[in-house]
Amino acid sequence: MRVKKNIPAISDGKHMGFAWGPGDILVYETLYKASGASGSGCSFIHEIRKDEDIYSPILRKLFNESHHIFVGLQTIREELPSKSKKPQFVSISKNYRSVIRACMEELQQVAVSTRNVELATQCGNQVSILLAIELIWNLCEVLFIDAAPAGSLLLHLLDWVRLHKADVDERAREVLQSESPAEHHDYWDVVVSYVLQGRLEEVRQMLVKQGTLQPAARSMYKQMDTLLSKMPFYNPGGTQTLTEFDVKWRHWHEEVDRCLQDNSFASNRHLEVICKILLGDEDTLLDHKELLGTWYHFLVTRLLFCHPTVKPTELHYYAQSCMTMFLDSRSVSEPLDNILLAAFEFDIHQVIKECSIALNNWWFVAHLTDLLDHCKLLQSHNLHFGSNLREFLLLEYASGLFTHHSLWQLAVDYFDHCPEFGRVYLELQIERVPLETERKALKVLRICEQRQMSEQVRSICKIMAMRALRNNRLGSALSWSIRAKDAAFATLISERFLQDYCAKGTFSDLDLIDNLGPAMLLSDRLTFLGKYREFHKLYGEKRFREAAKLLLSLMTAKIAPQSFWMTLLTDALPLLEQKEVIFTADQTYELMFCLEELTSSLNITASSTDRPMQEEDVEVTKVELLRLALARNLAQAIVKEGTVET
Amino acid sequence: MNVFFPTDNRISIWSIGSNLSTGMEDGFEGDPQLLCEHKHDGDVLDLQFLDQDRIVTASSTGAVTIFRHHQNSQTISVSQLWARAHCYPCDNAPCTGVVCSSPEIVTVGEDGRIIVFRADQEGVVRVIENADSSTIHAVTYLRTTEILTVNSIGQLKLWDFRQQSNSPSQILSLSGDRVPLHCVDRHPNQQHIVATGGQDGMLCVWDVRQGNTPFSLMEAHTAEMWEVHFHPTNPDHLFTCSEDGSLLHWETSSHSDMPSFLQGGRNSSMVSRSAMAPAGGNQSLISAWLSGDSSKGRLETTHMLPSQTLSVNSLDVLGPCLVCGTDGEAIFVNRQVPV
Repeated sequence: MRVKKNIPAISDGKHMGFAWGPGDILVYETLYKASGASGSGCSFIHEIRKDEDIYSPILRKLFNESHHIFVGLQTIREELPSKSKKPQFVSISKNYRSVIRACMEELQQVAVSTRNVELATQCGNQVSILLAIELIWNLCEVLFIDAAPAGSLLLHLLDWVRLHKADVDERAREVLQSESPAEHHDYWDVVVSYVLQGRLEEVRQMLVKQGTLQPAARSMYKQMDTLLSKMPFYNPGGTQTLTEFDVKWRHWHEEVDRCLQDNSFASNRHLEVICKILLGDEDTLLDHKELLGTWYHFLVTRLLFCHPTVKPTELHYYAQSCMTMFLDSRSVSEPLDNILLAAFEFDIHQVIKECSIALNNWWFVAHLTDLLDHCKLLQSHNLHFGSNLREFLLLEYASGLFTHHSLWQLAVDYFDHCPEFGRVYLELQIERVPLETERKALKVLRICEQRQMSEQVRSICKIMAMRALRNNRLGSALSWSIRAKDAAFATLISERFLQDYCAKGTFSDLDLIDNLGPAMLLSDRLTFLGKYREFHKLYGEKRFREAAKLLLSLMTAKIAPQSFWMTLLTDALPLLEQKEVIFTADQTYELMFCLEELTSSLNITASSTDRPMQEEDVEVTKVELLRLALARNLAQAIVKEGTVET
Repeated sequence: MNVFFPTDNRISIWSIGSNLSTGMEDGFEGDPQLLCEHKHDGDVLDLQFLDQDRIVTASSTGAVTIFRHHQNSQTISVSQLWARAHCYPCDNAPCTGVVCSSPEIVTVGEDGRIIVFRADQEGVVRVIENADSSTIHAVTYLRTTEILTVNSIGQLKLWDFRQQSNSPSQILSLSGDRVPLHCVDRHPNQQHIVATGGQDGMLCVWDVRQGNTPFSLMEAHTAEMWEVHFHPTNPDHLFTCSEDGSLLHWETSSHSDMPSFLQGGRNSSMVSRSAMAPAGGNQSLISAWLSGDSSKGRLETTHMLPSQTLSVNSLDVLGPCLVCGTDGEAIFVNRQVPV
């Protein structure tokens, strides 16, 4: 089914450029010229979305609930023999169907109650699509999953037809609630409908009303009642074999035939019609096309009254012929008809293929194929890109879900259960989830970490950390780099802190630096930052000896970057100037060594760089002050250490 | 600049039936009915009732909104909106938590700000800029003039509004790994007892009067704990929900026939993770939570949800009724919680 749609904003005759997205296309107007200057064009980009269903609020429940069922299905243990699993699979199939029905009911309610015409039509359309889906699924359940043998097969098909032709009960109610049901103009229609559906109890109840109205024809009605009560129905749980049932049924069939030949019902055309239907007369059945409604109803009714012991393998002969008979040459078969016919022919792949084409959403084919695959009904049908059919459909479905701002979480579980390509798809898609809030990022990270996708973890943490850094949230940035164990980024953040310190003279975000804990070891620069702050704290607490030791170790253990040494040495000045000697002689020697190392490296660069005179002056003065202070300290230290306390 | 596509978020009010019918075995009965709803800009990150008719929401766009529920017409309208309460210079900063004590409203956000509003007043009453260098995840009242915040570097900060300074009056944190904390709740009766939950799913109970380490640590969940709530009228019960899809009901027993819970603190049968003796040497009642050591069997935990749900993001409890919401777009209502 191809749909052509004009993009309203792009004027006729213009060229369009496009780019594919996961569930949509981006289209823009472009000026395409072989040569020559380009002019100005329209600056809009249009997004064309193929699948609107995932944004429908009621259908969303379908996706959520079916996800729950899907996950439950995957966890059924493989070791059990398939015989004991069949009831489980049937019940799962029924679960899926009840979810579809629940959605249908809700949509129907909205379609009926809303005043918005567009919404009503949309809901109405969705209801009819869901109806068709449920019809197909139910038939697949009967034929493939339950795989009823001859005998039960017909009973299941009868149930199937009855479930999908609900209007009979409505009409019956109307007739029965009227003043005189037997004279209601719909009375005979209802009776015949019941017969066509094989609901003979109801037929008998209705005929009783007619019988009492016409006492003269009482014996005729009595005869019909007897015939109806004697029609045998196969009981799968009973002791009767299929052959015995067949014999019994033939006897009954012959009896009905005799009644017809005897003209027992000749005086009442309605009863004669019923008698002919009971014999399965094709022409009579076709006369009641309106009551049957569909060719598959015709098929099941015909089987009921002609071949109740039909075998699954024989179905397609009858199906094909019934469809041909029912649809006259003028009407063309709809996609639904083809799908059902393919199902009757037990051609699962054809069913799936036709459904994929007819529906605009992968939901149905993906879930049905997955269930059929679990029932071991799909042959391994390798597609040319290596994965099998089930996986292909699940991947397509899940990829479509991933574009949704909330349903993407469901898609993750689907990818998890695609053994070949699921992980790759997930890795590609998960990085593209928009991260508006930290909470969402945390959820995405949890998913990645649970699956050991370390690349994605690092990438996402880096995105969040960069964003935090850009907004000057250094604490957040650091906590993201700790989560990713990203040493390089932690170094970057520490540099920012140190820069801030140099610029302002104080530390910002003390609550963070004071409480780094073991995270400090993530990167050298971070360790330095932590230790440097510790130095300041010690100084503030007047624990000068310890502060001095720490300061020295920062330089000698090479934790501090050399660019920072000048600052550190300047920090040492007040300690050197104290009345009490703090640095020992050895420590002073080390400090001097550091200073020399620093100045020699600076001197090499000083000559080549173009520094303003004032800055150089300040530097020179600083160095001189330091040398003086160090020398003085050294003197005092030597004296102190050489003194013997008496 | 980040571009995010608009989403169709809404704030809705549901009715779960007015009468708590007796004689029902199953706690889950009847569907909640949607009464009214209103469009909401951005994700709702936190939500609280201000009073009978008004609800305050914290949005991922950084906005703080007061909605009014009109009971007569069953409609919701926006009563007040502070559009960019939390923001960065060039980006939106989500508002992550809101707590009310009518008419005062306190909000916190990813921008590390604490903002105090007053309902019916246009502007902002007070802003604590740069209260935190990392994201503040949740806030709760400790006393009428004090609040508690938790952040993503694992710190619990106490703020006293009577003080003018912009720094916390106390900082408590777990020693060791700085695990981000996501939720906090205060004991309804005993104001010094606070419970927090964090990224590693551990439930911590703190005594804010003493020490700066938690009193007890309990392994609760296998993933982030999103919310923790004491039962408002029966505080021996605590509820936690998590990213791992479970909702736990914690019940601590504090029967009066167990003398170990009362008086003093020298009783040897009381085992506490902290090396300190609990406060209350002067005969005060010691809360059962502060001696929490789940292996001793004084704590009972029950799973409240069927297994295999996606993350449970939020919960609330009132009387015998428990409500929670999951990432599977489902709301679970349990009307017969045994409290």
